[in-house]
Amino acid sequence: MVTSSSLVYLIGLPLFGAVFLLLMGRKADKWGHLFATAMSAGSFVLGLLHFFAMTNRSEEERPITQTLFTWIEAGDFKVDAALLLDQLSICFVLLISGVGTLIHIYSISYMSHDENRRRFFAYLNLFVASMLLLVLGNSYLNLYVGWEGVGLASYLLIGFWNQKPAYATASKKAFVMNRVGDMGLTIAIMIAFATMGTVSFDGVKEAVDRVGTPTLTAMGIMLLVAAAGKSAQFPLQAWLGDAMAGPTPVSALIHAATMVTAGVYLIVRSNFVFDAAPTAQLLVVIVGAITLIFGAIIGMAKDDIKKALAASTMSQIGYMIVAAGLGPAGYAFAIMHLLTHGFFKAGMFLGAGSVMHGMNDEVNMRKYGGLRKMMPITFATFGLGYLAIIGVPPFAGFYSKDEIIATAFNSGGAQGIILGSVTLLGAVITAFYMTRVMVLTFSGKPRWDDGVHPHESPALMWLPMALLAIGSVTAGYLFTQGEALVHWLSPLFAKKGEYDELMPHSVVTVLAITAVIIGVTAALMKYQFKSVDSVVPTDVSLATRLARNDLGQDVVNEALFMRPGQALTEGIVAIDERVVDGAVRGIGAMTVGSGATLRRTQSGYVRSYAALILLGALVLLAGIWVVTQ
Amino acid sequence: MDPYNYLYLAALLFTIGAVGVVLRRNAIVVFMCIELMLNAGNLTLVTFSRMNGNLNGQVIAFFTMVVAACEVVVGLAIIVAIYRSRRSASIDDASLLKR
Amino acid sequence: MTLTIIMLLPLVGAGLIAILPSAQERLVKQVALATTIIVAAATIVKALNFNVDNTELQFRQSYSWISSFGINWALGVDGIALVLILMSVILAPIVILGGWNESEGGRFSVKTFYILILVLETMVIGVFAATDLFLFYVFFEAMLIPIYFLIGGYGSGERAAAAVKFLLYSLFGGLLMLASIIGLFVISGQNGEVTFDITKLSELHTGMSALTQNLLFLGFFIAFAIKAPLWPFHTWLPDAAKSGSAGTSILLLGILDKVGTYGMIRFCLEIFPDASKTFTPLIIVLSLISILYGAFLAIGAKDIKRLIAYTSISHFGFITLGIFAMTTQSQAGATLYMFNHGFSTAALFLVAGWMILRRGSSTISDFGGLQRITPIMAWSFFIAGLSGLALPGLSSFVSEFLVLVGTYTRYPVAAIIATFGIVLAALYILIPVQRALHGATTPGNENLKDLNLREKIAIAPVIAIIVFLGFYPSPLLKIINPAAAHIVQQQGYSDPAPTMNGGK
Repeated sequence: MVTSSSLVYLIGLPLFGAVFLLLMGRKADKWGHLFATAMSAGSFVLGLLHFFAMTNRSEEERPITQTLFTWIEAGDFKVDAALLLDQLSICFVLLISGVGTLIHIYSISYMSHDENRRRFFAYLNLFVASMLLLVLGNSYLNLYVGWEGVGLASYLLIGFWNQKPAYATASKKAFVMNRVGDMGLTIAIMIAFATMGTVSFDGVKEAVDRVGTPTLTAMGIMLLVAAAGKSAQFPLQAWLGDAMAGPTPVSALIHAATMVTAGVYLIVRSNFVFDAAPTAQLLVVIVGAITLIFGAIIGMAKDDIKKALAASTMSQIGYMIVAAGLGPAGYAFAIMHLLTHGFFKAGMFLGAGSVMHGMNDEVNMRKYGGLRKMMPITFATFGLGYLAIIGVPPFAGFYSKDEIIATAFNSGGAQGIILGSVTLLGAVITAFYMTRVMVLTFSGKPRWDDGVHPHESPALMWLPMALLAIGSVTAGYLFTQGEALVHWLSPLFAKKGEYDELMPHSVVTVLAITAVIIGVTAALMKYQFKSVDSVVPTDVSLATRLARNDLGQDVVNEALFMRPGQALTEGIVAIDERVVDGAVRGIGAMTVGSGATLRRTQSGYVRSYAALILLGALVLLAGIWVVTQ
Repeated sequence: MDPYNYLYLAALLFTIGAVGVVLRRNAIVVFMCIELMLNAGNLTLVTFSRMNGNLNGQVIAFFTMVVAACEVVVGLAIIVAIYRSRRSASIDDASLLKR
Repeated sequence: MTLTIIMLLPLVGAGLIAILPSAQERLVKQVALATTIIVAAATIVKALNFNVDNTELQFRQSYSWISSFGINWALGVDGIALVLILMSVILAPIVILGGWNESEGGRFSVKTFYILILVLETMVIGVFAATDLFLFYVFFEAMLIPIYFLIGGYGSGERAAAAVKFLLYSLFGGLLMLASIIGLFVISGQNGEVTFDITKLSELHTGMSALTQNLLFLGFFIAFAIKAPLWPFHTWLPDAAKSGSAGTSILLLGILDKVGTYGMIRFCLEIFPDASKTFTPLIIVLSLISILYGAFLAIGAKDIKRLIAYTSISHFGFITLGIFAMTTQSQAGATLYMFNHGFSTAALFLVAGWMILRRGSSTISDFGGLQRITPIMAWSFFIAGLSGLALPGLSSFVSEFLVLVGTYTRYPVAAIIATFGIVLAALYILIPVQRALHGATTPGNENLKDLNLREKIAIAPVIAIIVFLGFYPSPLLKIINPAAAHIVQQQGYSDPAPTMNGGK
């Protein structure tokens, strides 16, 4: 069976694919996409082997480590380049390489007309490698490398069509906002080293008991900042909508299934820190809850299908963050929702890509309508994803969301009631905006532009969608069967504390299903049974207008950071020019000026020179006289 | 006679010479004023020699005379050369160095 | 091969070039390139013999030069000096190869260009290897002459004004340092035999009054702060970098500026430990200002070469921060930073130079869409830029992180302020990347040519080093660590132990 020494190949295969394809250049254009797909698939197969090997081992022996070499060493600071595969990371490895491979396959067809398809696949491979490194690193610093690596891949892929200035700007915005989060991660690592003398997960976990709560709270908050940046959580969420500039498979892989969930991974991975820092944990829950509603509200108003799905992603990750912030009771459910979300959201994004493919890259849902008949397979797979995300039993999303709502209600006291209500409200809105997407796209009368001939996508595209749809249907059931996932992950987390069940699980289920029904009905009333205008209506309420503008997130960012930043930059440039360099030039000018003044005494008249000599002699004599007196 | 009187006389001569150098424009007059200053110096040297009772000062006075003689040779040559080229003995006309 | 011989090798090459006929420009270039490659190879071979467990100065040589003043021709290196010499000799052939045609069309002949570069190389090795303060000073000042002529003779734009500004700035600092050196000399005479030996000078501080030490320290520090450059002594740098040719700018920012930060370690810290302690808070504040101020200037820069110069100001802020934070991590990080900065700046300047050569303009907005027209050049610039923003996996990340984490253990607030530099770095790199490489093709750029073979050969080793050291910095860290730890100990510091309960 596979051993720990093969862990490096999980990352190595796609990394090699990326580097090789980039170095080969145009020579690899003909087969580059196949090569990249093979590398990703190889990684997935190896991951599967590791998974089966892991299930065969006893619970204590499941985590395995591979130490490659000493990466950084200076004084007491020593970080190995080492990989850790445990129950948590294997879930991610399978998700990343599995969904990743499907999306590679999908992209072969989706990107077939793009002359830079090879480069696209190289970037995809780079992303898969970085993301695997992120989840396999055994220390915060190793994670950091993958963390920035996915940021880079995301930057490259969002800006894949960077000849459009708006797309180039979107990629830059994503990278910079992510960097704000990275600052949090950097500070968290510094805190860990300064107080615990280590940055590895094991080391920190072991040292947590000996460290004061304020330190852990600070570290937890910084980790939360990092997670917010990467996972597009409030207040660092603004980049995700713009990130839809990238090709749709990218949105499916990076901005739905994997990269944006890295923040959830970070919080769950650092569970030992958050368990010991209740304040940080509370903040996590608050951030998650705000984003959950924030994203959902934006999702209700967006007409761009990808942006609607992006808003939904933001909101769903809010669910995960809330769950992760609920402590040992919620970690497993956060991961469960993450995995099921990986299936259904990736599937829906691919479906959106399929629709765009058939509609000449039109993204405005008001120009869709009635596509059900034209694209039956896309409709079916998208529909299954839709049922999963709104939480209709027995589809995947029902199980994971249900558990999160129940855990939220039962987290105790007023917090529990507020949180439970927020997550329930989120479920209502989710049902509403997803039904809206579904109806606008597939139902109703066609509102297509002239010259658009919708058609079903080729098999290479719908096959991955179908496989993901199967996941959307079955995953939830599989994970909850005998609490499989909870048991699988339980060795990594602290024991769940005992708590009173405020709300029995069955009541929550009924509430959740009611929420779904309310949301779906409202959306049907508004969109199914009324005709939809293909032009965006302008006579809408203030709330809708706000939601269309992402609740003013860009306005706030611009007012608070961008404009002051630009003003500061201009100010500093001016200061440097005028004051600092001005002082230097002033000294120069002074020297020249004094020279020019003194030069006037050089009249050329011998008499005046003689007079000056005489004067000098007299002054000297007088000086000597004064001193000797 | 009080030897200090000689010093006063030398100071007077030196001052006249110095004022002449500073105020006059004619090169010949300036030149004569310089000679006047040199001789004032000689006078003080001789006086101090007398006051101190040794001959060192008088010997130096001889050196000064020799140097003054050399200077007259060179200086007059320059003045003549300038006069030839510029048709003027005024030293202000020779203020070429200021540029 | 002794250090002296390695040091004199470039001079031999320069002599050879001097006797070659001027018309043989190609041969002149080849001889220059061959010389620098031989020097680099010799230095690397020499470095392999370096004993990493020994914190003493190694490869020592000492010959009496002016015995009545106790001046010796004394050379020797520790880990820090060795790494900087390595950086300099590896960059030299890259500069020559990358700027193959920079020597043409200057105010002086092609021959002169290479003679100047080779003479400069000798002096740079000398300045890093000197263990005699007087010898150091001679090289420190003499270095200005070749670089002055390189900027003034082969630059562009207002090259003469920039060269004079650079020279006057540096001479001013040098003068202050000379005053301090004379002061030290006098004090060493009062304490027995007069000497310029650094090791002996570093024992003098116990007998000095605080005022004396502070004044002498400032003389040295201002000279090095000008050279480094640290805010507010930086304004010569953008002008010089903009006016100099790309190769000259690499020599200037990549190599010469390191003499400033190196001098801070070697002289400010070792000779005046007490004064260093006194001024540490001030210097840390200056470093933080440099980091943020340089970053903002870079964000606002419109000229690509000035932009690189401004990013360097920010990076030098990190280096001085690391030097004066006085932990093994920050100290080792600072030295590694110097090495890495040399290469990432070299990569940026090389590519920027080629871009300017092709486009005939150094204004960022004149470029645009280069990624599609000249993909290899665009990628080289992008990777160099990523190294500039310290992306993990590239060499500068390791050094920047070591500086930050080392600083945090002693000065948490300073470290947190410095991390803002991370966000700003993303802006000052990605803004020019977007303007120059992305977007629509700007008119006039359609026919730009991609890198030719010579240029590819020049940039490839730089990028290889950047990537390799990002994943495996151990070879360098092994050389640097003992020296860094030694300096920290010598200053009477020890690394802060994990506090376990320390809050923020």
